[in-house]
Amino acid sequence: MTEFLQHLVNGISVGTIYALVALGYTMVYGVLKLINFAHGDVYMVGAFSGYWLGALLGVRSSFSENPPGAGEIFIKASLVTIGAMVVCGALGFVIERFAYRPLRSRPRLTALITAIGVSFLLEYGFQLSPWFRTPIEFPPGPSPRVFPELLPRVGYEVFGVYLSNYDLVGFAVAIGLMAGLQWIVYRTRFGTAMRAVSFDPQVAGLMGIAVNRIITWTFVLGSALAAAAGIINAVARPKIEPLFGLISGLKAFVAAVLGGIGSVPGAMVGGMVLGLAEEYVAGYTSSQYRDAIAFTVLILVLLVRPAGIFGRVTVEKV
Amino acid sequence: MASVRPTLRSFLPFAVGAPLLWALQQITPPDYNIILIAAGVNIVLAVSLNVVNGFTGQFSLGHAGFMAVGAYTAAKISVALTGLDLPFVSTAVSDQIGFAIALLASMVTAALAGILVGMPSLRLRGDYLAIVTLGFGEIIRSVIENMKFLGQATGLSGLPARTNLVWVGVSAIATVVMARRLAVSTQGRALFAIREDEVAAEAMGVDTTGYKVRAFVISAAYAGLAGALISHAILLATPRMFTFIRSIEVVVMVVLGGLGSITGSILAAFVLTIALELLREFQSFRMVAYAILLIVLMLTRPQGIFGHREIWDLPFVRRLLGGRLVPAAAGPAPAAPTQIRDDSTAGPKGTA
Repeated sequence: MTEFLQHLVNGISVGTIYALVALGYTMVYGVLKLINFAHGDVYMVGAFSGYWLGALLGVRSSFSENPPGAGEIFIKASLVTIGAMVVCGALGFVIERFAYRPLRSRPRLTALITAIGVSFLLEYGFQLSPWFRTPIEFPPGPSPRVFPELLPRVGYEVFGVYLSNYDLVGFAVAIGLMAGLQWIVYRTRFGTAMRAVSFDPQVAGLMGIAVNRIITWTFVLGSALAAAAGIINAVARPKIEPLFGLISGLKAFVAAVLGGIGSVPGAMVGGMVLGLAEEYVAGYTSSQYRDAIAFTVLILVLLVRPAGIFGRVTVEKV
Repeated sequence: MASVRPTLRSFLPFAVGAPLLWALQQITPPDYNIILIAAGVNIVLAVSLNVVNGFTGQFSLGHAGFMAVGAYTAAKISVALTGLDLPFVSTAVSDQIGFAIALLASMVTAALAGILVGMPSLRLRGDYLAIVTLGFGEIIRSVIENMKFLGQATGLSGLPARTNLVWVGVSAIATVVMARRLAVSTQGRALFAIREDEVAAEAMGVDTTGYKVRAFVISAAYAGLAGALISHAILLATPRMFTFIRSIEVVVMVVLGGLGSITGSILAAFVLTIALELLREFQSFRMVAYAILLIVLMLTRPQGIFGHREIWDLPFVRRLLGGRLVPAAAGPAPAAPTQIRDDSTAGPKGTA
């Protein structure tokens, strides 16, 4: 039972990350019908911007000679998280503006290939040896980095289950962001416009919605969520390197498909389900096949219910 | 004897090619030999991937996975058959027969893997295939890395040196002949129809899923062949040889040459292989260069250098051929860009 609960905790901790990244995939797919391959790498850039911001702000470990106080920890952690979200939002804006928008009227395959190109540019561009070292090392190069300790780890033991404040804070932040997103999508004018564009961009345009601006802001929003996921993940698992976005990004995409691509609540549920499935299967059988589980799930979903849990089956019209 | 001619015509490239390749094998020094082998293998890969990505308009990112399947199958079989001395023939001939069996087996297993991957994902629209094939490549790698009898992460080493220019060249010719004959056949017509408009093709009675899966399986089989060839040239099969990067390399070749152009793929595969060999010292920039190449190409010339056309369809080549009208390459009006169904962003269109 203890083991079961421990897996539950770990699964939720991983699942929230998948859910946050999956939201970006699903929103962009909703408005553009494009699998934004580069989204996993935006998530990676999010972690790295946190790393750089942490260095710039002088985040100190709780083991250092002059441990930071509670207020300082809170301010710096929030600054790093919000800063990374801003950086990635800007990155999402740039990617959309210069790589995807010129291809808007072209066949979808063209945009997909470009997305793969952008993804590779980020992954391998970040692996080049640094061009400059001050104030930050950019690009970071291929060797893994250790993410700064934004808040000291406190472990709890509840019914024999190990639980750390990282899990709790990460979960709380993720839930807060998702609630915020839910509010934006369903309660604001922007959200209404976004849903209209995803329903039918042409008609939405005719109704006076600035389609291009909505698409841009969707990218910015999705990228900022990915950055937050990157930070939450990096705090709990502090080893970051330029390639870690690839597999996590793909898994998040699987989560989006599982939940029903294009559906916002679907992405959240899909992420959780995938995180738990991975944790339980890996925990009770062999952890060596952890990465294969997500793709097995994907193939099963495509076979059994291609529209996903929350998706509606749509008929393609001419 | 009208019925003999097509048969003769399909044998002609092999009959002419094999002796020439044999001669080339004799005169090239080993350093150049391995480069030419790499180029030939890349031609097999690029042309076979073009059947899926170019002819059918789907998007596969898992060619390296099928290569791995083929490479490991062939490695196991060729090692097992090495000591086998067939009666009535010399050891060398016996070994070559064993290698031929290994190559065929590699194609069969890769094709089976192709069925496994293609069946669920090709029922849906093209972009799912990209993700599933990518995932498949990763799964294959993680399976190999956990299998004791496949050598785990270190792979299988000490394979017999069987690949030479004749094997590679004949395989490349076979791939090109396959692609060309596919393009001018009824099957090929159906594939082009799917590429141009999947809904319309289906309405015309084309079994879209069936044709897509068949094209995908054929393509996978040749990728397996390429994997078998390269592993017996460098005498090694490791999971690291068949990463995602390898798949992307092939995609770049196909996209650069032109989605749907066989000669474009051949040319791009050859030029890129040689160029990479020359730029070996800039290894770390290679992937960045690929990425930038892909993006710039898509923004400026998304159909690739040749588009759907073959080299003999280009105006200046036609003029070189003396105005003699060569039958236009397979595929509809050459100028038409690849159209994937797109309800969201296409320009004005008729209402349903």
